[in-house]
Amino acid sequence: MTLTYDQAVIKYEPTLGLEVHVELNTKSKMFCGCATEFGAEPNTQTCPICLGLPGALPVVNGRAIESSILIGLALNCQIAPFSRFARKNYFYPDMPKNFQTSQYDEPICVNGYLDVEIDTDEGKMPFRVEIERVHMEEDTGKSLHVGGETGRIHGADYSLLDYNRAGIPLVEIVTKIIPGAKKYAPQVARAYVTELRDILRSLGVSDVKMEQGSMRCDVNLSLALAGSGALGTRSETKNVNSLRSVERAVIGEVIRQSNRLETGERIIQETRHFLEESGQTRPGRSKEQAEDYRYFPEPDLVPVVPDTAWIETLRGQLPERPSARRKRLQAEWSVPDKEMDSLVNSELLDVVEETISLGAEPARARSWWLGEVSRLANEREVAPTSLITAASVAEVIVLIESGELTDKLARQVIEGVIAGEGSAKEVIEKRGLKVVSDDGALMKAIESAIAASPDTAQRVRSGNIPAAGALIGAVMKSTGGQADAAKVRELLLKHLGQG
Amino acid sequence: MTNIHSTAAQMSDALSAGTITSVELTEQHLDQITKVDKQVHAFLHVDRENALAQARDVDAKRKSGQKLSALAGVPLALKDVLAQKGVPTTCGSKMLEGWRPPYDSTVVAKLKQAGVVILGKTNMDEFAMGSSTENSAYGPTHNPWDLTRIPGGSGGGSAAALASFEAPLAIGTDTGGSIRQPAAVTGTVGVKPTYGAVSRYGLVAFSSSLDQAGPCARTVLDTALLHEVIAGYDQMDSTSINAPVPQVVAAAKKLDVKGLKIGVVKELSGQGYQSGVLQRFNEALDELVKAGAEIVEVSCPNFEYALAAYYLIAPSEASSNLARFDSMRYGLRVGDDGKASAEEVMNLTRHEGFGAEVKRRIILGTYALSSGYYDAYYGSAQKVRTLLIRDYQAAFAKADVLVSPTCPTTAFKLGENVDNPVAMYLNDIATIPVNMAGIGAMSLPCGLAPEDGLPVGFQIMSPAMKDDLMYQVGGTLEAALVNKWGKTLLSDIPVLAGK
Amino acid sequence: MAGISRDEVAHLARLARIEMSDSELDHLATQLDSILVAVASVQEVAQADVSPTSHPLPLTNVTREDVVRPSLSSEEALSGAPAQVEDRFKVPQILGEE
Repeated sequence: MTLTYDQAVIKYEPTLGLEVHVELNTKSKMFCGCATEFGAEPNTQTCPICLGLPGALPVVNGRAIESSILIGLALNCQIAPFSRFARKNYFYPDMPKNFQTSQYDEPICVNGYLDVEIDTDEGKMPFRVEIERVHMEEDTGKSLHVGGETGRIHGADYSLLDYNRAGIPLVEIVTKIIPGAKKYAPQVARAYVTELRDILRSLGVSDVKMEQGSMRCDVNLSLALAGSGALGTRSETKNVNSLRSVERAVIGEVIRQSNRLETGERIIQETRHFLEESGQTRPGRSKEQAEDYRYFPEPDLVPVVPDTAWIETLRGQLPERPSARRKRLQAEWSVPDKEMDSLVNSELLDVVEETISLGAEPARARSWWLGEVSRLANEREVAPTSLITAASVAEVIVLIESGELTDKLARQVIEGVIAGEGSAKEVIEKRGLKVVSDDGALMKAIESAIAASPDTAQRVRSGNIPAAGALIGAVMKSTGGQADAAKVRELLLKHLGQG
Repeated sequence: MTNIHSTAAQMSDALSAGTITSVELTEQHLDQITKVDKQVHAFLHVDRENALAQARDVDAKRKSGQKLSALAGVPLALKDVLAQKGVPTTCGSKMLEGWRPPYDSTVVAKLKQAGVVILGKTNMDEFAMGSSTENSAYGPTHNPWDLTRIPGGSGGGSAAALASFEAPLAIGTDTGGSIRQPAAVTGTVGVKPTYGAVSRYGLVAFSSSLDQAGPCARTVLDTALLHEVIAGYDQMDSTSINAPVPQVVAAAKKLDVKGLKIGVVKELSGQGYQSGVLQRFNEALDELVKAGAEIVEVSCPNFEYALAAYYLIAPSEASSNLARFDSMRYGLRVGDDGKASAEEVMNLTRHEGFGAEVKRRIILGTYALSSGYYDAYYGSAQKVRTLLIRDYQAAFAKADVLVSPTCPTTAFKLGENVDNPVAMYLNDIATIPVNMAGIGAMSLPCGLAPEDGLPVGFQIMSPAMKDDLMYQVGGTLEAALVNKWGKTLLSDIPVLAGK
Repeated sequence: MAGISRDEVAHLARLARIEMSDSELDHLATQLDSILVAVASVQEVAQADVSPTSHPLPLTNVTREDVVRPSLSSEEALSGAPAQVEDRFKVPQILGEE
């Protein structure tokens, strides 16, 4: 019989460990001045240093150190008073020096924690994930394998190497083992990675795009009999590349490991790969023997000894914690949970906040960004924020609020701004989109409408108010939609003795 | 009359005075190379065309009245361990046969900037590992004093080029004595500046925490002139000293040691030292006393462990530094038959491409860094390093500079120690402590040993960043000795007499 | 200090990616033995209270500004490549690829 997830977590307690690699968004690489832009032609962002040419030497990117310290501070870590780079020695063709410059026993940040919130049967509950270390290292190049299944010549397989990615700064954030999550282990893992991603984004230190690989997660998991207090053998699932996959990988491993244990099999300490389609993991190639990385202090780099003043300056730069900010804004704007979630998920929180800060009313700001602007962005397959600025949207909303634009006119203004016709003001002017609020002009149109439909006018005079709709429609038509319908109604009814 | 037997300072004066052109001077040296290098084999690559082009350029600039640096137009021999853009750089290894770096080392950039004419690349022990140049993949260099003897190593090519008047200036690199020991056995002057004084950028690393490039010449003043060209802070080298270069030319010209305390290191003379070496060393001390210096004896008890620690640290760093030679991006590739894997090709290439001594040190270093042995070997060696630094601190509290014979013996026969690494390593016993502590040291000739008529080197060590002190003492001693002999040591060198 | 066996040397050669014949391994094992005897003396003075030195000069916090500098052209980058295809380094098949 096979255990389901629900059965498995009754009998076994999972222990998690999460290792997250983040590419920093520095302009230049970790140890040289090569650009870090994604998608450049192969081997055009390389130099003697990141190609590991004989004689070349590394020099640390100061911004990468600052970013790492910021991350450590945001994760409540101690910033090491003395930290160093080390060489991790192993041969691999995508690693130009055949050692990775990394940090080993002297990482830059240690002993932190991150509090997250998970949904439980008893509602939202806080959960603390402890952080062991935050350290800096460099990325490898990329290899492309040619031959094999596509091979025209049997046995002619080879690999092609592009070192543009080699030397891009990485920060690795490693948790301590996470016990006590029990059946909520998948939620804890997801909540942690989500919160971490939000924090890194708010710090502005990384693009944190899991799908592009600028944030990659390894999930360590072990099981032990519930209540035994023991620690089982762990597996390490590599490169889990979406938030949902993090959750699924935990579930997949709990099921796999529990069923092995049920049939009396041992769990092997190994590296596994997450399979996106099935949610399961498969074993990686087992290494013939444990690697011996022969770490030693990198002699080409000097120690990092951050002084207190520097750390405190950086601490002063820390933005508000994203989860706290969300709570605050939700209260300020009186937004229901669901809508807040969609605002956050659509990544429009920042721009909405900015729009509101420029004078727009919160409900309108949300609905314009989530509605019309998002719709236009979807049509064009771009991000809403790339179409129009918060300032333009705020300007339009302010005009709606003052009655100078109707919703319908406002849509036209936004279209005009997006089309590059100028600012909201300029579009209004060029297209002549002002609400017709001049009573004289409106009265003229009303009188024409009455003259055109005397019977309808008579019905209104005799108390049939709904009949006024047809006349209002005629006025709106004759003014090209630029009249405020409520105003037309008010004037018309008054004119026909019903005001 | 200026010719190849002149000093670089004399050449500089003649060039300034217009009594000779750089092209003439360069041609004289190229002719001498053609004449004697078949026997000496100091050069791996003679860069005739580029050298003459550089010389013409300097002559043109001089003619147009441009202000030139002191050594502009003076020829120089470059150790083949420094990257020079577009010029073969082999490090004496088959591994790099045909490799032309796409960049200049900082030393080369500074030489070019100063208008120094680079004649070509000189022979060396493979990757600077050795004391005899017998480990060069391209055959040994012969000592111009006796062609059956070693010219020292690893920089035997640079030293032999000076002693055979193929060049008035040369660049060497010194990890455990590779500038000073060849200088000693060829009767030339070689300086290892304080670690960090000369940029290591573009110096193909042997042992990063010990390597240091430095000037070689036939007189103390000439080395000082070259020192001021190549030294100075470099942003491309994280271990570069960010401080003004000491005034070494002024120091070399002082010719005064009155009141200076000169410490004779008890542990670096006596047992194991050739009698003629000790005799000439003591005679040189007498000259310093006559010149007004005070001789004191100092003890450095931990020096007896320096050699052992060096032969752990240098191979450890080398095992990592030389990992990049894997045939993937540059250099030799062996066994790529379309079927072999990258790993197999690496294994075969490194088997073929490295000589016995390099392999020996890579394996030794791999062992010293491997888990289980790290603390006992690498870790202990790093502690010895601390003890050596303490010994120097104590000694420099008693003396302004320290002195010793540069080597225990004069030049030994080619082939004598080829398969006896431990005996070979003993050559470096007096030079190694300097690299371990990162201080500066110089070797200058103090006579010929009576028993074999071969040159003896006198070593002067100065505290870190006080390189001017060794130049002051070296310049004074040189003047006193030349005055005593009535001629320079090299004026009697047999290879020039056509023997 | 126990001697170093041929198997140990073979393991080190694998770690260092150097092909070695049996006779080379034997020869090297003998030489390493004598070298290790000679260098083992470091342990005599390496007391627990002595801190290790990895850098000869006590420099700290050497960094550069996060500024992009010109890269090599792909021709220059690949100028030493034993083999290349479409601006990429061509290497034998990489086994154990994950």
